[in-house]
Amino acid sequence: MLAKITLMEFRLFVRDVVGPALIVALPVALLLGFGFMPGGTKASEDLAGQSAAEYIASIDVGIVLVVLGFTILPSVISDYREKGVLRRLGTTPVRPSLLLAAQLLIYSVSALLVVAMVVLLGDMIFGTPVPERLGSFVLAVLLGMGALFGIGLLVAAVAPSGKAGTGIGMALFFPSMLFGGVYIPREKEAAAMRAVGDYTPLGATLKTVRDSWQGLDPHPSQLVALAAYAVVAVAAAVRFFRWESR
Amino acid sequence: MPVIEVRNLHKRYRGKVAVEDVSFTVERGEIFGILGPNGAGKTTTVECVEGLRRPDRGTVSVLGFDPVRDAAEVRSRLGAQLQEARLPNRMRVREALDLYASFYPEPADSGELMDVLDLTAQRDTGFAKLSGGQQQRLSIALALIGDPEVAVLDELTTGLDPQARRDTWAMVERIRDRGVTVLLVTHFMEEAERLCDRLAVIDAGRVVAVDTPSGLVARVEPEGRIRVRFRPSAPLPEALLRDLPEVRSVEWSGEQVRVTGTPEVLHAVTSVLARNQIIAADLRVEQTSLDDAFVALTGRTLED
Repeated sequence: MLAKITLMEFRLFVRDVVGPALIVALPVALLLGFGFMPGGTKASEDLAGQSAAEYIASIDVGIVLVVLGFTILPSVISDYREKGVLRRLGTTPVRPSLLLAAQLLIYSVSALLVVAMVVLLGDMIFGTPVPERLGSFVLAVLLGMGALFGIGLLVAAVAPSGKAGTGIGMALFFPSMLFGGVYIPREKEAAAMRAVGDYTPLGATLKTVRDSWQGLDPHPSQLVALAAYAVVAVAAAVRFFRWESR
Repeated sequence: MPVIEVRNLHKRYRGKVAVEDVSFTVERGEIFGILGPNGAGKTTTVECVEGLRRPDRGTVSVLGFDPVRDAAEVRSRLGAQLQEARLPNRMRVREALDLYASFYPEPADSGELMDVLDLTAQRDTGFAKLSGGQQQRLSIALALIGDPEVAVLDELTTGLDPQARRDTWAMVERIRDRGVTVLLVTHFMEEAERLCDRLAVIDAGRVVAVDTPSGLVARVEPEGRIRVRFRPSAPLPEALLRDLPEVRSVEWSGEQVRVTGTPEVLHAVTSVLARNQIIAADLRVEQTSLDDAFVALTGRTLED
């Protein structure tokens, strides 16, 4: 049953076009665009010794997770609630929670596939090292996913309508991108902003992913912060989730 | 055993009473209507039948099962069409039916349902691109895809144009002909009168009356009352009408006269007019309708 619902939700997700474009085409375009820039594969002082290609590859990981978690997840689920899709399922032998499970499944699997694709493309075309600390890298990606998807789920839990879900998601998305160091490299930010940014959900994800990519140990406190975001957000989402509007 | 039995149902939300005290039973093969103005507690009542809500007091039984305690049994035997429930924009008709069919142990044939509900041409159309009537028919199809013994249809013709409404009514009759017991929520008098074998009239969370549509009318007007309205072509002495034994009342409004009386009143009035060589222009005959019965039972009109 979960397989059937998941397949249906996946078809709807692909049919939407915007979502797949943002999480597949955008990361690829960024990677190729920055990687093929003159000097794109040379280590840069401005990027703490990373090449632009390697730097943008780790940014890609963050973008995929934050787009799915902060924009697509809350908007789709709160829209389903508003439309009565969840309530309608409640009258069938299937539980509406399966639909949430299917949603989380397709976004998690899509995210992991795109991350794997970015890692492989970066390695094959630009020789960005496949994360030297694969264990830390995977841990950082999973914790980042937990934090960002968890917060998205919390937004979906409390948003009164589809529009509100999208709106709140966007209100989190843009500041996150700013503080996380997506618009301007973290190294060029003021120290205070960096200190805050490194502990925002997206910032901590990006920092720990970048660190492990470079062969450094991710900062334990940032990993703990991500785990805390994930646990608190998911617990709150479970506590406050409503199956129907009104 | 009745198919649905609701006894002394009481439900409140955040201190506000939605259903005060509702009882009724629905027999196998009936189209049973719940009629009442907006906010009367109709939807809350059927939501308790569907198992979407837990009653605060009273009991609900569907095919002998408790919709809360035996939720799995009820959900696999009852099909619901919810008020204002939509589907994802890009889900296609065929996909929705196949997906919902997979939820049930012995689903109905989705191809046949599409034929019956006139959706075959739209099989590959996404939900958002369907017309209001098509969306409503798909919603009915989804309520029937599990081959249910009971179908609960909540305000199924709201927002439809008159033609689509009539088509939908014909559809509901066909559903009953398939042996499905139908619980129908409506605030349209015409719909209740046309479709329902029996009706519960609900007002302010209470059942005001349960009866057949004609039974409800007869409660209000035991002898069955007829109203005749016309404009006489020549001056008409009121005594001519008043003296007729069939006439109960005569009222004038401008040039128009309204005569009320027993079912034979029309014949009596036209005979008197003929004898006096008066022609009845703009003649209208009205019978006590369910509308009148509703007003008499609840003290207000449905549109209030």
